[in-house]
Amino acid sequence: MSSEEIFKALQAQFGEEAVFDFHPVSDKDRDAWMQVAPWEIEAICLHLRDDREFDFLECLTGVDFPDIQKIVVVYHLYSYPKKERVVLKVFLDREDPAMPTLVNVWSAANWHERECFDLLGVLFEGHPDLRRLLLPDDWEGHPLRKDYEEKADYHGIPTQRPNPIDLFKIKLPEKKDSAAS
Amino acid sequence: MSEIVFTNEMDEEMTLNMGPHHPSTHGVLRFIISSDGEIIRKAVPDVGYLHRSIEKIGERCTYSGYMPYTDRVDYIAAMFANEAWASACEKLMDIKVPPRAQYLRVISCELNRIASHMIALGTMAMDAGAVTPFPWCLREREYINDFIEELCGARLTYNYHRIGGVSFDLPKGWADKVKYWLDRFEPIMVEFDRLITLNDIFVKRMANVAVVSAEEAKDWGLVGPNLRASGVPWDLRKADGYSVYSELEFDVPVGKGVMGAVGDCWDRFYVRCEECKVSAKILRQALEKIDEHPEDDLVGKLPKKMKPEGEAYARIEAARGDMGCYVIGRGAEEPYRARFRTGSFNAMGIIEAKSPGLFLADLVALIASFDVVAPEIDR
Repeated sequence: MSSEEIFKALQAQFGEEAVFDFHPVSDKDRDAWMQVAPWEIEAICLHLRDDREFDFLECLTGVDFPDIQKIVVVYHLYSYPKKERVVLKVFLDREDPAMPTLVNVWSAANWHERECFDLLGVLFEGHPDLRRLLLPDDWEGHPLRKDYEEKADYHGIPTQRPNPIDLFKIKLPEKKDSAAS
Repeated sequence: MSEIVFTNEMDEEMTLNMGPHHPSTHGVLRFIISSDGEIIRKAVPDVGYLHRSIEKIGERCTYSGYMPYTDRVDYIAAMFANEAWASACEKLMDIKVPPRAQYLRVISCELNRIASHMIALGTMAMDAGAVTPFPWCLREREYINDFIEELCGARLTYNYHRIGGVSFDLPKGWADKVKYWLDRFEPIMVEFDRLITLNDIFVKRMANVAVVSAEEAKDWGLVGPNLRASGVPWDLRKADGYSVYSELEFDVPVGKGVMGAVGDCWDRFYVRCEECKVSAKILRQALEKIDEHPEDDLVGKLPKKMKPEGEAYARIEAARGDMGCYVIGRGAEEPYRARFRTGSFNAMGIIEAKSPGLFLADLVALIASFDVVAPEIDR
């Protein structure tokens, strides 16, 4: 079943408000993708897992788009038995990015969501253990946001350092005056 | 894994800290373990010590300038991250890779796969208490490092692949040297099986420890050798047939539970041993077939300006399984977003769920058998 057929079946089942905006494979989008409403994501993924054998959450990515004031969470799902892929995108409000967790659908979502929370600040509601994963617990800000600015130091450890090339600049010997010698 | 009946309430619990500089944690990983005597109640991994914000760096480099950074995604098998990045960019910009470059990629990647599995097997045996296999493995890896150094000039962070191809052709006489080494390496793998894989003490130590069923493995997103050890015959080289793997003949080794249950630590060891033999077979074929293609046809036709718009997700079979790369371009010289999906990251996720009821010593075997590498988790 192609992505488009899956899109149409999902739209028939969950309604045009829940699944919409299908992009077929083109020069721009090398994988077909569709948009899913955040409140329906868990039901749709449960349906994809149980009835359509999408048993592998391949990748979960968060992308920040300040120009449209959105944070986009991208799910790459794959089906081992059918060898099909489907790409779902959830557009979240950039000021208040919150959506339901998928831990109950695929356990693999657990760490992926923690990473997404850590680096982009997306709140996954219902996640059992939504802590920072890669950065220290007291880190401020979410680095993969486009407007993130690094603090000058972290607990007294400077995050900037002088360019080593400037530090060890080799001074070239001054040219001798040819007329004097 | 046997059923554990916990005594009383919480009075017996002890919290232990393991790592980040514990010798068996393979790089800087840390576990916070609540244990009841020798038995673990919960082991919570604490990762991030090697976080180098590689994905953020990607947003500030040009497409081809990012290549050396991808080496650092997995420094034990750097070739694969190179290839993942290159193939994602090729998919995004619709670049064709010439066949000779494809073969060079296969050769370099399979050599690197053997080198990476050598580290995995050696350390796994060492963590279980057998020291002898480790120098055996490192000796073979040393040969491979020499070969790759001759090929691309680096021993660890190769930066060999390019968007659209590879950087150098085979040096003169290199193929014969590799074939000569393969003649030696294949009998050594048989001997290696006698030394450790089928060794009675080792089998008793590893069999039936930390069994991961096929369902669990898929649910937690395990990939590569870890998934195949659980009995799922899934190999992207076979399933997708990307690059020129569809022209080569090879089998996909799967865990069968010969010594215990399917998906135990011994199966994960065994699958990696078999994969080394498979890689050797692929190498022989690729070294023969590469001569059919003209020399110095190394890089495909590239667009004049790499300023693509759109997005692509490409994946390859790395030494630690399915490595995916997701790249978004928005018409600038730098990618808008670069994302790596790695095998070790998911393998670490499952440890917290698998640990309750394990013996403390078996946790070490579990970590080692997943072959996790810290930079691949943290990136």
